[in-house]
Amino acid sequence: MPEENQNQTPAKGPIGRFLALPPDSVPKTVFVAVTLCLVASMIVSAAAVALRPLQEVNALKDKQINILQVAGIYDPSEDVVEAFAAFEPQVLELATGTFTDKFDAATFDDRAAASDPELSVALTDDPAGIARQGKYATVYLLRDDAGDIDKVILPIHGYGLWSTLYGFIALEENGNDIFGLQFYEHGETPGLGAEVDNPRWKALWSGKRLADENGDLQISVSKAAPAAGADYHIDALSGATLTTVGVHNLVNFWMGEAGYKPFLDNLKAGNL
Amino acid sequence: MAQKRREMLIDPLVDNNPITLQVLGLCSALAVTSSLQVAFVMTVAVTLVTGFSSMFISMIRNQIPGSIRIIVQMVIIASLVILVDQMLKAYAFEISKTLSVFVGLIITNCIVMGRAEAFAMKNPPIDSFIDGIGNGLGYGLILMLVGFVRELFGSGSLFGVTILETVNNGGWYVPNGLLLLPPSAFFIIGLIIWAFRAWKPEQVEEREYKIQVVEAH
Repeated sequence: MPEENQNQTPAKGPIGRFLALPPDSVPKTVFVAVTLCLVASMIVSAAAVALRPLQEVNALKDKQINILQVAGIYDPSEDVVEAFAAFEPQVLELATGTFTDKFDAATFDDRAAASDPELSVALTDDPAGIARQGKYATVYLLRDDAGDIDKVILPIHGYGLWSTLYGFIALEENGNDIFGLQFYEHGETPGLGAEVDNPRWKALWSGKRLADENGDLQISVSKAAPAAGADYHIDALSGATLTTVGVHNLVNFWMGEAGYKPFLDNLKAGNL
Repeated sequence: MAQKRREMLIDPLVDNNPITLQVLGLCSALAVTSSLQVAFVMTVAVTLVTGFSSMFISMIRNQIPGSIRIIVQMVIIASLVILVDQMLKAYAFEISKTLSVFVGLIITNCIVMGRAEAFAMKNPPIDSFIDGIGNGLGYGLILMLVGFVRELFGSGSLFGVTILETVNNGGWYVPNGLLLLPPSAFFIIGLIIWAFRAWKPEQVEEREYKIQVVEAH
């Protein structure tokens, strides 16, 4: 309040003179605005820079835990980084279904690549609702003691009801049997769509098959079992029709021709 | 003085509760109360942000030009919220994942802004800080009450610990799906306001109109 300022002793120096100005004068307004913005931006950027390493470690650890979980070898008592060393990350070129060494698999960022025009394509046929699809994806291989591929963990994502669901699907070495499926990031309705995280529902995926003997994709997430039979059917989430449809579409999209089909064919033929 | 400050802390819990009496901050009360854990973290975050933003605003209240005071308050509040968000991402990653966008939305919580404008602009820093903490706790109290009802009857658990075994997990309890959706918080908050005003009738607002009896001719 102005009268308080008048009672103070005469201000010294340029800052003191500014502080003594009545708050509503134009120079004071500009001074307060500029100073406040500078101070606030310094504090915020300092915090962001100082905490970034910790945050990146957390995000990476979270992703690794999810990969370990979907592969069924997660043990909370074990060190995540150590356990994760069992996996062999590879950058996969989706169109050819072969691994590429153009990028470093340890640092390749699938999500950043999916919005990079150089590394992604705009989809016209887009059942998963993802608009752009990266040309490359980081996949994780789990080898058995003999060095043969035991499981492959493939990243998948697609739109549900409110949000894009990001997850992994783990397949057996024949490229057709599902070992597990898990989403690590989504914003579906708690208690309804978010039941994609329910361990009982996730357990339904284990042992299902993607394609039938003729190589046609039959996997289906729906209320009633499809004609192909129960081996290809995961029961829908009750009360979450749109999330269920979203999961069905994204699994079919990623396991199809535009997704990992070329890779899975190579895997089956043993061409890797 | 100590007595007055104690009142400033206790008063917003029931007598001058930001949600039930001032009816502020409803949007976030709808969004974050489907589970108690999220509601609790939100309570802590809002309490800290309200307390510290009130304190900082009060510290520079004599220098804030009236013409840009709302923007100045917003800058201080927003900076604090970003700090809280960054801290959560660094030290409580799991919780920050469940809270997702709601932490950022503390900036738009009317309670923070309301205390800054109504109290901190006219009172010294320590009083403003206590007032902010008190109002944050008052907000949190309602959040926890609503969260308790919603999580217990919506998902059959409290703080993620199963109390009523739901049918989905092979139990007997059929959860009430409505309680998981934001509108249910409206009903619960309405009932809480009703209960508060039945208990403390002085909170009842005066009618803005009066029904007139017109004599038949």
